[in-house]
Amino acid sequence: MSDGLLEQPTGRQRMGFFTDTSICIGCKACEVACKEWNQVPDDGLSLLGMSYDNTGMLGADTWRHVAFIEQDRPLGRQNNSVTVMPTGPSGTASTAAVVAAGLGDKHGSMLGTQTGRVHPGPQPHATPDGHVSPGGRTELRWLMASDVCKHCTHAACLDVCPTGSLIRTEFGTVVVQEDICNGCGYCVPACPYGVIDRRERDGRVWKCTLCYDRMTDGQEPACAKACPTDSIQFGPLDELRERAARRVEQLHGVGMPEARLYGADPDDGVGGTGAFFLLLDEPEVYGFPPDPVVTTRDLPRMWRHAALAAAGVAATVLAAFVTGARR
Amino acid sequence: MVQGSNMAECHPVGFQWVMAAKARGATLIHVDPRLTRTGALADLHVPLRAGTDIALLGGLINYVLCNGLEFREYVVAYTNAATIIGEQFRDTEDLDGLFSGWQDDKAGYATDSWQYEGTSVASSAGKRERGTRARHDGQGRSHERQATGRGHEHGSHGAALSDLSNIRRDETLRHPRCVFQLLKRHYSRYTPEMVARVCGIPVDVFLQLARMVTDNSTRDRTTAWAYAVGWTQHTVGVQYIRAASVLQLLLGNIGRPGGGILALRGHASIQGSTDIPTLYDLLPGYLPMPHPDAHGSLDEYVADDSADTGYWGNMRAYTVSLLKAYWGEAATADNDYCFDYLPRITGDHSTYQTVKAQLDGSCKGYFLNGENPAVGSANAKAQRLGMANLDWLVVRDFALIESATWWRDGPEVESGELRPETVGTEVFFLPAAAHTEKDGSFTNTQRMLQWHHAAVDPPGDARSDLWFWFHLGRRIRAKLAGSTAERDRPILDLTWDYPTSGEHAEPSAEAVLREINGRAADGTCLSSYQQLTDDGATACGCWIYCGAYADGVNQAARRKPHTEQNWVAPEWGWAWPANRRLLYNRASADPEGRPWSERKAYVWWDEGKGRWTGHDVPDFQPTKRPDHRPPPGARREDALSGIDPFIMQADGKGWLYVPAGLSDGPVPTHYEPQESPVPNLLYGQQHNPARQTSRRTVDPYQPSGDEPGSGVFPYALTTYRLTEHHTAGGMSRWLPYLSELQPEMFCEVSPELAREAGLEHLGWATVVTAREAIEARVLVTDRMVPVRVHDRIVHQVGVPYHWGGNGLTTGDSANELTHLSLDPNVHIQETKALSCDVRPGRRPRGADRIALVEEYRRRAGITAETGTAPRTAASPGGTA
Amino acid sequence: MGLRETFLPWPVLRQARAVAGLPGAGRGDRSGRGDSARSRVTDRLQPRTSTADRVVASVCPYCAVGCGQLVYVKDERVVQIEGDPASPVSRGRLCPKGAATKQLVTNPRRQTRVRYRRPYGTDWEDLDLDTAMDMIADRVLATRDATWTDEDSQGRRVRRTMGFAALGGATLDNEENYLIKKLGTALGAVQIENQARI
Repeated sequence: MSDGLLEQPTGRQRMGFFTDTSICIGCKACEVACKEWNQVPDDGLSLLGMSYDNTGMLGADTWRHVAFIEQDRPLGRQNNSVTVMPTGPSGTASTAAVVAAGLGDKHGSMLGTQTGRVHPGPQPHATPDGHVSPGGRTELRWLMASDVCKHCTHAACLDVCPTGSLIRTEFGTVVVQEDICNGCGYCVPACPYGVIDRRERDGRVWKCTLCYDRMTDGQEPACAKACPTDSIQFGPLDELRERAARRVEQLHGVGMPEARLYGADPDDGVGGTGAFFLLLDEPEVYGFPPDPVVTTRDLPRMWRHAALAAAGVAATVLAAFVTGARR
Repeated sequence: MVQGSNMAECHPVGFQWVMAAKARGATLIHVDPRLTRTGALADLHVPLRAGTDIALLGGLINYVLCNGLEFREYVVAYTNAATIIGEQFRDTEDLDGLFSGWQDDKAGYATDSWQYEGTSVASSAGKRERGTRARHDGQGRSHERQATGRGHEHGSHGAALSDLSNIRRDETLRHPRCVFQLLKRHYSRYTPEMVARVCGIPVDVFLQLARMVTDNSTRDRTTAWAYAVGWTQHTVGVQYIRAASVLQLLLGNIGRPGGGILALRGHASIQGSTDIPTLYDLLPGYLPMPHPDAHGSLDEYVADDSADTGYWGNMRAYTVSLLKAYWGEAATADNDYCFDYLPRITGDHSTYQTVKAQLDGSCKGYFLNGENPAVGSANAKAQRLGMANLDWLVVRDFALIESATWWRDGPEVESGELRPETVGTEVFFLPAAAHTEKDGSFTNTQRMLQWHHAAVDPPGDARSDLWFWFHLGRRIRAKLAGSTAERDRPILDLTWDYPTSGEHAEPSAEAVLREINGRAADGTCLSSYQQLTDDGATACGCWIYCGAYADGVNQAARRKPHTEQNWVAPEWGWAWPANRRLLYNRASADPEGRPWSERKAYVWWDEGKGRWTGHDVPDFQPTKRPDHRPPPGARREDALSGIDPFIMQADGKGWLYVPAGLSDGPVPTHYEPQESPVPNLLYGQQHNPARQTSRRTVDPYQPSGDEPGSGVFPYALTTYRLTEHHTAGGMSRWLPYLSELQPEMFCEVSPELAREAGLEHLGWATVVTAREAIEARVLVTDRMVPVRVHDRIVHQVGVPYHWGGNGLTTGDSANELTHLSLDPNVHIQETKALSCDVRPGRRPRGADRIALVEEYRRRAGITAETGTAPRTAASPGGTA
Repeated sequence: MGLRETFLPWPVLRQARAVAGLPGAGRGDRSGRGDSARSRVTDRLQPRTSTADRVVASVCPYCAVGCGQLVYVKDERVVQIEGDPASPVSRGRLCPKGAATKQLVTNPRRQTRVRYRRPYGTDWEDLDLDTAMDMIADRVLATRDATWTDEDSQGRRVRRTMGFAALGGATLDNEENYLIKKLGTALGAVQIENQARI
């Protein structure tokens, strides 16, 4: 029973996301569809240089985030021909001479560009721990993955919310009620994934609701609906987990033994997540914590200790008063 | 097979079907200079040097022919492989890169020698003669080589053949002059090793590609080729697509499910604007615009341009019906149905010639309807300087795009070349209505019309283009009322009485679609173009759209859910012609009319019912038996036999070899781009000799190959789109949600090139061509790879073309770098493959920017003549 | 519910009741983080796709794939645009541009008034649409008159004007392209072009 660990038996099927990153084309439709539906503000124009990722991370104004990872290893049995391509300086000896002649001009030029050329010379390209071909070129694969709030089984944000703004819905999802949130921010450091975040402009916290409003009327979340390749799948968590397990097996069979699920294990540190992922590498590669643990895991024990301690203090004080009165 | 397209990035939702096929076991191959989001998901990514696709496709053709891998039965029956070509023909193998018929004085080909043996050369002599004469059209610009666009017309319907029975065929395919043997010889040097040397594709990769494609092209399996402007935007663009056609015909992949050559078009209704053309050389339904040399009368026009055989044999009915739609009662048999009202074209009047006419001052007024040439057209500076020389400019768009504001904040204002006080252009900006604010149909890339319904009224002054053009016409007609001038008759006689409704008097789009669909004499809607007559009884605004309003029902607005119909989904929208979803689908059955295999069954002959049937509307005369053979002298479609699937061609065959209709050769041949860092390794002839160039100072070209000065621009450059933006940015750079996803103009380079040129990741680079210098942020990525070509390594620079100076996200435009050398058949510019230099740092400002480019031109020794010679000096071919 | 709406708008009290097993909180919500914590806004949540006055079938205006769109209208304003699941082309999916279509048609940066720049002017001016249309009609006729050619320099009958041109149509509807070509042809203008050439 996937929701057996939830605080509240919902009487309904627990719903969630399965994001199969092996078929993500990095189009970012999920990011836009989410923002359009939830009226999430844009959060600025900055070229991050993280491949095609200019979003950076999840936050109050980003509830879906597509990561792009250019990696020096192959993708299954894909042949992208990169390792067999040449390296080295451009041109022939004669063109190199023309270019070199031009360099003199450029260095002395007042025409504005800031730095001169580096002398072209053969320098095989390789990353330190990469697989390097005889030609000096490494393997390459381009991973894309759409991240989202995990809707944890044991949700620390929910545990620490002092106002009751964060709730567990009848679908087993975790939602912020914006009319309740007072912006205390306790939930922000509690999230083991760094998802929930305060919005500068209004002080409240915001995150993915799994389109709770749409779900109340039987509609799927905006991101899953838009996703062109079905990389983002929405449905009952049990079904999604079964489908995901089959998909992993299938990928193992086609030369991708590195395929694994993230967040699908009910015995992990957060009791499994409502939004889980099929990854093609270690979670860290995608910016996920490798072994997330609900930050409030030790709270009950701590509370017990605290209560004992408090009782002890109270007893001592009381004793003091009692004995004092006797005096 | 995705080549010349970046489907995952540019057509992501269409790409879902590729991913669905992949999930079912299909193999995906992407050929592209860059590893893109398509390549990231492909089974095989084949990097190549931009501008060398014909060499690769030719290599695949050679691989097929050398190894006997053609689909022999299909090739013999359905293509012109067996057809014998005349003795006069000489191939590029004989003439070092030229075909026979080259005329130095006309800078073009006489195509007589390309004909089939046995067909009457005289029958189409007038056409060719007119085509070459038009290059010297007496407009005082003899230095600018002109072409009429005749190839485009025939590209759509082939050329006339006088008598099918005279065509000689050798179905053993052994005759030395049959098309099959000719192809073998033409491509014999396109070996894997040559592909490696020209394209930079390693031999092993090429062989893997060739095996994947040929293994998957059988009775039981088909291979589809998807392309986009990565193929069309070249000086040999038409021949790129031709090369794919040759290969796909040889493999039996045309007219069959899962096969074909799929044009992935980039704008919602760019297919529609070609069918119902806003193009200078076409009338609706690919009827050619008339030319004064041969089209004095309707009879001459029809005689000259209709094929005697095949469906184009009914061209008179299509033309008369169009003229009736335009001029109604005024069009009668006595006045040639107002054929004389049509203006005549006398040369290339395409958009790039318009820019030159603006620079010359002969074109004084300009309408821009949802298009932003100051960013989106090649040589953006020429575009703006042309507009600065206008009397008036009307811009209709959603936002104040660069083409509306260049006079106050364009690059030339920054550089001091223009000042608002000295620009006399009167500019009207009229806000446009969005698709949610108007009724109308798009024709999407699969030839399917889909209707969109108005949801709300447009805001403020925003109006539909239907409103604008209707009311502009209404006002013009009112102003001309009572005129007795002969030239005003076409306007005053025009049928222009569409019903309007609402506060703004919005004309009825459905009424316009009804006119396009056509009506019978009694006013009822026609249901098929076969009902059109040439006696004035029918009126039809676009014959290929006849049936879109069949039974008085807007067929384009049909929306039966896909879950409630078969997989072809014929009841969603309406596809021309005749709601057919797959063209030439007779070829999906064997000559006897049986499916080639059960798995690939699509359309077949039902002997019991005596007609063609299947999953789609058969693209064939429904009761013509497979064993039907026409009697001698039969005309139009009746001249085609039961095994002639390509019914729009005069001989009903798929053309491996094009005997007429193209201006740059009957068989695709590798030429280097107008600007290339390397010489042509296959022929002495460097470039497509028939390409169009100009000798204007605003559009200089760089030296190529081993010419002196070519080393000044040592890198190959290609332009492209990103998923997150749309074309010239008018529909994306003003939107926060899209702008933040790709917030800045950038260029992509390999780590080696970065090291060589001194570029830093996220730093600035200045990219320079002979036209202009632009700046861009640098993305250093392993996804960019250099290629080894012949004796050297060529590095490549990638630049997206979406940016301009206005909107939320701004940047220099890639089209500042590009030039106006054009494909000779369709006059499309070469923006996918050029050469450039790249240097670190931001570009200079003001006049220094001009000085930098001038310094480059000086160092490369560029003059007005550079790159404009049609024939490469060393080539002996001109002696032919 | 009355009690809850009147006296317990702030969930904490209800949560406390739930944990303590008192009435007035969600049944079975022992942690107090489920039903008992629901706010009024949460209870009243309805997707605007369900509350729209009407849903209008449409087609994405960006690339040529032709994805089906559903346009949701409330109080004569577009409140949502998303994919049409019935479409055999797109099955309800949209790319980022298609998903941004609502922003395309409703964003405040959209220009909705006529702007006019007179010759040699240094700034935009206001102009009413009716006047603009009349001025444009005058410009077309004046340019046509000034550049009309019955015969070209070789004496060939061409009856046309090369004095003005139009560019654009690929983003427009078929019906709009039809009128542009029809009017242009009647006026004798041949330089009618669009992005298909580019």
